[in-house]
Amino acid sequence: MAYNCVVLVKQVPDTANITGKAMKDDGTVNRAALPAIFNPEDLNALEMALEIKERHGGQVTVLTMGPTRAAEILREALYRGADHVILLTDRKFAGSDTLATSYALKCAVEQVGGYDLVFCGRQAIDGDTAQVGPQVAEKLGLPQITYAESIQSLQGNEIVVQRAFSLGKETVKCMLPCLLTVVDSANQPRPPSVRRMLACKLAATPLEYASLLEKWPEFETEEALDSYLTGRGLKIPVWTIADVDADEDKVGLSGSPTKVLKIESVVLETSESKEISANSEGISALIHELAQEYIL
Amino acid sequence: MNREIWVFIEQEAGDIAAVGLELLSKGRELAVRLDGQVCGLLFGHEIAELADEAIHYGADKVLLADHPELEVYRTLPYARVATELVQERQPYIFLLGATPIGRDLAPRIASATRSGLTADCTSLEIGDFKYRDNVYADLLYQIRPAFGGNIIATIVNPEMHPQMATVREGVMKLGQPDEARQGDIERIEPTFDGGDLVLQVLEREIRQPACDLKGASVIVAGGAGVGSEEDFQLIRELARELGGEVAASRAAVDAGFISHEHQVGQTGTTVRPRLYIACGISGAVQHRAGMDQSSKIIAINTDPDAPIFQIAHYKIVGDLNKVIPWMIRAHQESAK
Repeated sequence: MAYNCVVLVKQVPDTANITGKAMKDDGTVNRAALPAIFNPEDLNALEMALEIKERHGGQVTVLTMGPTRAAEILREALYRGADHVILLTDRKFAGSDTLATSYALKCAVEQVGGYDLVFCGRQAIDGDTAQVGPQVAEKLGLPQITYAESIQSLQGNEIVVQRAFSLGKETVKCMLPCLLTVVDSANQPRPPSVRRMLACKLAATPLEYASLLEKWPEFETEEALDSYLTGRGLKIPVWTIADVDADEDKVGLSGSPTKVLKIESVVLETSESKEISANSEGISALIHELAQEYIL
Repeated sequence: MNREIWVFIEQEAGDIAAVGLELLSKGRELAVRLDGQVCGLLFGHEIAELADEAIHYGADKVLLADHPELEVYRTLPYARVATELVQERQPYIFLLGATPIGRDLAPRIASATRSGLTADCTSLEIGDFKYRDNVYADLLYQIRPAFGGNIIATIVNPEMHPQMATVREGVMKLGQPDEARQGDIERIEPTFDGGDLVLQVLEREIRQPACDLKGASVIVAGGAGVGSEEDFQLIRELARELGGEVAASRAAVDAGFISHEHQVGQTGTTVRPRLYIACGISGAVQHRAGMDQSSKIIAINTDPDAPIFQIAHYKIVGDLNKVIPWMIRAHQESAK
C-alpha cells in the first residue's frame, strides 16, 4: 500500500552558528545578517517521508509558508527527492503567531488533500516553540505523535512509532491519518542528489521570474519562461490566502492571540566581579572565602 | 472578573513532576498579585492522594480527573478533558511545564480553544499592555528567550484567554509545602469517544536521570577548553570534592567528552545553583542562557577576553589543569 506524505518545512535564520559577522558592536545579534537555512529537524522529517516513499510508494509533497526567498528550501527539497513542492505566501500572513500559522498551514494541507501522513520537524531553531505541529494536527482533527524517532512498522492504516524525549522512550500505535513531529536523532538526512540538482536547478516560483529573466536573457518574456518551466514540471506553485480558502481574520496579526510587548537583545552583562590570582595562594583564599559565606 | 490561575500538575506513575510544584508556587505568587485563585489540574488513574500534595504546595482547588484511560499520558484523552474544562470555566491563566508532555499537550488545548500560547517561558510577571488605544490591565507577561537565546521576548495575550504558557523546568523557585493548607478537591468524570482512543501506548520506558543538575547547589562545568574526554576527569574530581554535579557546555558534549544529559544551556538544562564553576567554557549566549541565574559564578579560562568573564563573580585567568588541583587541595585543607 502506498502512502502520501505532506511535509511542512520552514526556512529559518541559522541561530545555531552565530559568527562575529552577525554580531553588532553593542554585543547583540544582527538577525538580518544570519544566513537562511532549511530548519534542521524539518530535514529529518523530510528524510522520514522519503524513506516511506522508497519502501511503500506514494508521493511526498513539501509545503512551506514564508516569503519569496523560502523557495530556496523548496528547491533543496526537490534535490533530495520531493515529488511536489508548494510555496504558501501572502502579505496577509505577515505577523502570524503559531496559532495563525497553523491555521494557514491547515488550510493548505487540506488543499493538498489525499494525505495519509503529515510530517513536521519537532521545532524550528528560530523560535524553538514546537507548537505548530500539534496545532496543525488539532486543526486537521488528526492524532499527533510528537518526538518521533523511528517508524517501527507501517501496515494498512496503522503505524507504530518510537518516540524519544529527554528522559525516555515510548512506542505507540496509531491509526492513519496522523501527524508526526520528528526529532534530530531520527535519521541522517540524505544530501541533495547531484542528478536531481541538475534536473531541478531551474525550478522556480513565478515570483522569481523577473529576477531570472535578468540571468537568462534567452527567455524574452515571463510567459516564455513560464511555459518552459511548466513543460518540464519545474514551476513551483505559489498559493495565496485565496488559493487555500483561508479566512483573513484568522491569519496575520488579527488572527494571532499573542502580541509581542517587547524584544530585548541579550547583552553581555557585567556584574560585580573579582579577579582571582591564578596561583595556589589566590585559589586557597577564594575557597576560604566561599566557605566563610556558606557557598561551599 | 474570573481570576483563576490554572496549573497542569504533571505526574508520572504517581509522582508529581517537580515543575508542577514549581508552577504551583509561582501560581500562588500570581494569585496574590491578581487577587485570584490557584487551581491545579490533576489527571491520571488512582492518583487522588496527590491532590493533597498539590494543595500543600499552593493550590486552592484541585480538579481531579481519575480514569483508567488517563493512566498513561496520551495527547487526545488529556487534551479532551483539559479543553472541555477550559471551555466551560474560562480560566484567566493556564500554566504547564515545558516538558515533553506539557509541550505536546499545551498547543493542542490552545489550538482548540483559540488561546494564545507562549512556549518555554523563563519568567512570568503581571503588567499592563497598551494596544491600539486600548489598555489591558493585569496581563501575564510571558518572558522567554528566542533566537538561540540572543533575544528575550515579552509576549502577552490581551484578548483570547486563557493566557497560556509553558514554563521551563527549574526556573521558578519551589516554595515550602504547608501541610496545614486546606483546599477543595473536585472530581471530574470524563467521557471519551472512539476518536480519542486511536492511539495506544505499547511500551513506555522512563529513565532516572543520570545527574540532577536542576537540584544541585554546586555545579562544576567543563567546556571545549578542557581538551579531551580523559581531561574531563578533572572536572569530575572537583565536582566530587565539592559535593556537586558535573555539567558541560554544548561544545564539550558535541566533542564527545560527556553525554547530553549533562548539558547546560539553551538546548540543555537550565540551572540556578548556589555556585557554578565554569572551566574552559568561553560563554556563548546559548550557554549563559542556561546558567546566568546562578548565585555565584567562578570562571576559569586561559583567554582573558572570554565572554564568560563578563558574568563571572570570580575571574581566574589561567590553566584549569593547574587551577582545579589547587582548588581540590584548598578544599581538602579547609575541610580539615
